[in-house]
Amino acid sequence: MVASDTELAYDSKIEGEVIVSRADAVINWIRSNSMWPMPMGLACCAIELMAVAASRFDIARFGAEVMRFSPKQADVMIVAGTVTYKMSSAVRRIYDQMLAPKWVIAMGACASTGGMYRSYAVMQGVDRILPVDVYVSGCPPRPEALLDALVKLQGKVAREPAASKLLSA
Amino acid sequence: MPAAPDAVAALKGRWAAVTDRASLDHPALNVPASGLLGVLGALKEEHGFDMLADVTAVDWAAGAKPRFTVVYHVFSTASHEYVRVAADCADEAAPEMPSAVGLWPGANWHEREVFDMFGIRFAGHPDLRRILMWDGYPHFPLRKDFPLAGIETDLPDAEVVAETKTGAIAAPMMGGPFVAKAGGINMADAEPRAKDESWSERRPKPGA
Repeated sequence: MVASDTELAYDSKIEGEVIVSRADAVINWIRSNSMWPMPMGLACCAIELMAVAASRFDIARFGAEVMRFSPKQADVMIVAGTVTYKMSSAVRRIYDQMLAPKWVIAMGACASTGGMYRSYAVMQGVDRILPVDVYVSGCPPRPEALLDALVKLQGKVAREPAASKLLSA
Repeated sequence: MPAAPDAVAALKGRWAAVTDRASLDHPALNVPASGLLGVLGALKEEHGFDMLADVTAVDWAAGAKPRFTVVYHVFSTASHEYVRVAADCADEAAPEMPSAVGLWPGANWHEREVFDMFGIRFAGHPDLRRILMWDGYPHFPLRKDFPLAGIETDLPDAEVVAETKTGAIAAPMMGGPFVAKAGGINMADAEPRAKDESWSERRPKPGA
């Protein structure tokens, strides 16, 4: 059981086939442990993103190994690399095609701030066009840093009022 | 077997307007724009310089005469020699050069890049569009009057602009660009974010 699920308790002797919990806890538990990434690999950070998915670091340990190249099946967009202005419309369009709920990780210095590219051609941080949830520092970040970002994002998802959002949507 | 010095001498003998160009490495020629295709064609067909290695341009800054020079590097795959050919654009406001796509199909993208970065139009080019910046970008970034940080413009996609209310901005230079000279600057001071917000071994954290 993951640590954030302290309210999710089940005693088969007492409850039989019934589980009592809060809707938020159940929904967030499901969401945060099967986050399918949309690998928006634009530059060298994408190489580290591949390392994260490979066996040494193994993002599957956190339920996020299913890289989806269709935005319609993805939950979290990992913007890994330099976003040029020319690419910005494609990045935004792919984000728009993702189904809610959806999250964004800005991986590395370029995606977070433009990085070393103080240039006419490079967007100075992808947060100018996308709502970024987690920023990862580094040029490129270590794979562990991206795993940490994913865990932080899972923590953020676990605190969301998912049920009331669903009912009001 | 082509020999670059022989080829250059033959071309100078054939066209009076073809002159030597100062060069530190390969033989180089100055050619008038009107005679450019003749010279390039002769280099390719008669002297064996069968490969167009590069097309680029020089902006000599606003007011200079000539303002733009287009530079070609041709290469012989037989003798492994280069010849550099340079041609000045006559007009500063609407610089133009004949296209070499008829001689080398590979000139296509090189000329598109020169058009994209310098705004030099290539007469006879089959598809002269921007290749690096997006269609509709209003500036030519490698011109001398274009600032390194860029100029505020709209993003390529109007829908994204409407949704995000943002645009292409002049990048914050934070006092840069930082160029290290010999015996010059301390890179900890020069790093953009270190300049006003960070601390280092030379400048300890305030109040620590």
